[in-house]
Amino acid sequence: MLNSSLQQLGSALRARKISSVELTQLYLDRIAKLNPQLNAYITLNPETSLAQARAADVRIAADSAEALTGIPFAQKDIFCAQGWLTTCGSKMLHNFVSPYDAHVISQFNDAGAINLGKTNMDEFAMGSSNETSHYGTVKNPWDTARVPGGSSGGTAAAVAARLCAAATGTDTGGSIRQPAALCGISGLKPTYGVVSRYGMIAFASSLDQAGPMGRSAEDLALMMNVMAGFDERDSTSLQRDKEDYTRDLNKPLTGLRIGLPKEFFAEGMGADVAKAVEAAIAEYKKLGATIVEISLPNSKLSVPVYYVLAPAEASSNLSRFDGVRYGYRAPEYSDLADMYEKSRAQGFGAEVKRRIMIGTYVLSHGYYDAYYLQAQKIRRLIAQDFIEAYKQCDVIMGPTSPSTAFKLGEKGDDPVQMYLSDIYTIAVNLAGLPGMSIPCGFGANNMPVGLQIIGNYFDEARMLNVAHQYQLATDWHSRAPHGL
Amino acid sequence: MSLTTADVRKVARLARLAMNDAEIETARAQLSGIFDLIAEMQAVDTGGIAPMSHAQDVAQRLREDKVTETNQREAFQAIAPQVEAGLYLVPQVIE
Repeated sequence: MLNSSLQQLGSALRARKISSVELTQLYLDRIAKLNPQLNAYITLNPETSLAQARAADVRIAADSAEALTGIPFAQKDIFCAQGWLTTCGSKMLHNFVSPYDAHVISQFNDAGAINLGKTNMDEFAMGSSNETSHYGTVKNPWDTARVPGGSSGGTAAAVAARLCAAATGTDTGGSIRQPAALCGISGLKPTYGVVSRYGMIAFASSLDQAGPMGRSAEDLALMMNVMAGFDERDSTSLQRDKEDYTRDLNKPLTGLRIGLPKEFFAEGMGADVAKAVEAAIAEYKKLGATIVEISLPNSKLSVPVYYVLAPAEASSNLSRFDGVRYGYRAPEYSDLADMYEKSRAQGFGAEVKRRIMIGTYVLSHGYYDAYYLQAQKIRRLIAQDFIEAYKQCDVIMGPTSPSTAFKLGEKGDDPVQMYLSDIYTIAVNLAGLPGMSIPCGFGANNMPVGLQIIGNYFDEARMLNVAHQYQLATDWHSRAPHGL
Repeated sequence: MSLTTADVRKVARLARLAMNDAEIETARAQLSGIFDLIAEMQAVDTGGIAPMSHAQDVAQRLREDKVTETNQREAFQAIAPQVEAGLYLVPQVIE
């Protein structure tokens, strides 16, 4: 049951081979046993989960079940869920029980899905290793001395360890794709504007995008059918017709043109990662694809541009945490300014404070044109590179991350080294394109390697097709960590 | 780029983050390293390039000017640090 696809679980539930209560209890028991060593979940609410499961069983009995009805999912702790503690990985929100549901949460609820719990994450989604969480680091299920990646590290670990059927993540600079790669699972960051950001705690609003994380492309497609769609409560949500993201899964790949950016295959990528990615490309040739060399000349500027834009937007978004309306307030202070300064100093962790400082500096008087405006202009150059490239190819492929999962504490003291681990993913967020990561083998120390697939705008159905055909021909996605 | 202690102190003040001298010095060293990384983009010629904020270049959607939110004061104030008589309490700001 733990290795079943969402399609198989849905069929078993609708055929009454198992009840949602039984399935939910199976996962809750497994979480109780394994979460203490992995720390993938911050909050569990077994009574709430089981109440949802009972309601799902009633719906199944009434033959009004949908594809995901009764299936237990986990939700990244960045999504507000009514009645649930929603911390965003921060001490600042240690007591924030959300009074409302994020759009993504209400979409899962309407579909009759079960919320098993809220997954651990880097504080306010700022991090690539899950080490910035106030609630402790998450351990990689493949090797508990290593990081799961970040910021959606709790979700990635929970999916890899079979502590949920699948789960949600968010991706501002690689936070779905990088942990998916490091934990050996599949993850999709949709085109910016496809999934509503309403109720998703904001980091960098022009880049943040929610997406599904699971064990196969087929599972991601079913989740996208629930998550995607216009929502008037998000001012950047795009008004488009509903899509069936499963529609192209079974198309053959004959004639598919895969672009390989020469910049991604230059120095910087680990030899073990290169070997696995090249083997995946060879497999795609066997499946009928042709290879085109492309160039993304401005992609090398992604990291500096991102570390202007994302902190600038974060410093503005996180100004709402002031110790007045919700969240942490310092126990002692002398006046209002002192209360703000102490509440924020005590409530935020080191990485969040660092990014607020960068953002405050680049937006301060006299620096706006040199930093924020210049970064937004280069952002367009980066996006134009992709638009040029898609004249010659259908999808772009490369590594998701330059290395496999590194050891806990290995990059802790050097923020710049940590920032460089997102070098292949950030350009996709800046361009607003969809990107995904799927498992494509194992590298050094037997840790998983991720293949990144970057699509053109709104081309998620094709990307899922490209990933699914590879997963029919290979079995990397169905490998599970030993001993769990 | 090397930031001064005074620069960092000013930014901390603007960001409303209390920091002691040791924290200011740590932040100064780390931010200087990050701004060295950021400096790479200064050499790029962006003459004639329009800044990009949304990939689809969509305009801000407007809605009809009518009340859509219902009053949820009790639910919202139930999670506030300090409230009294339906009001949020903060230290006195006006003598």
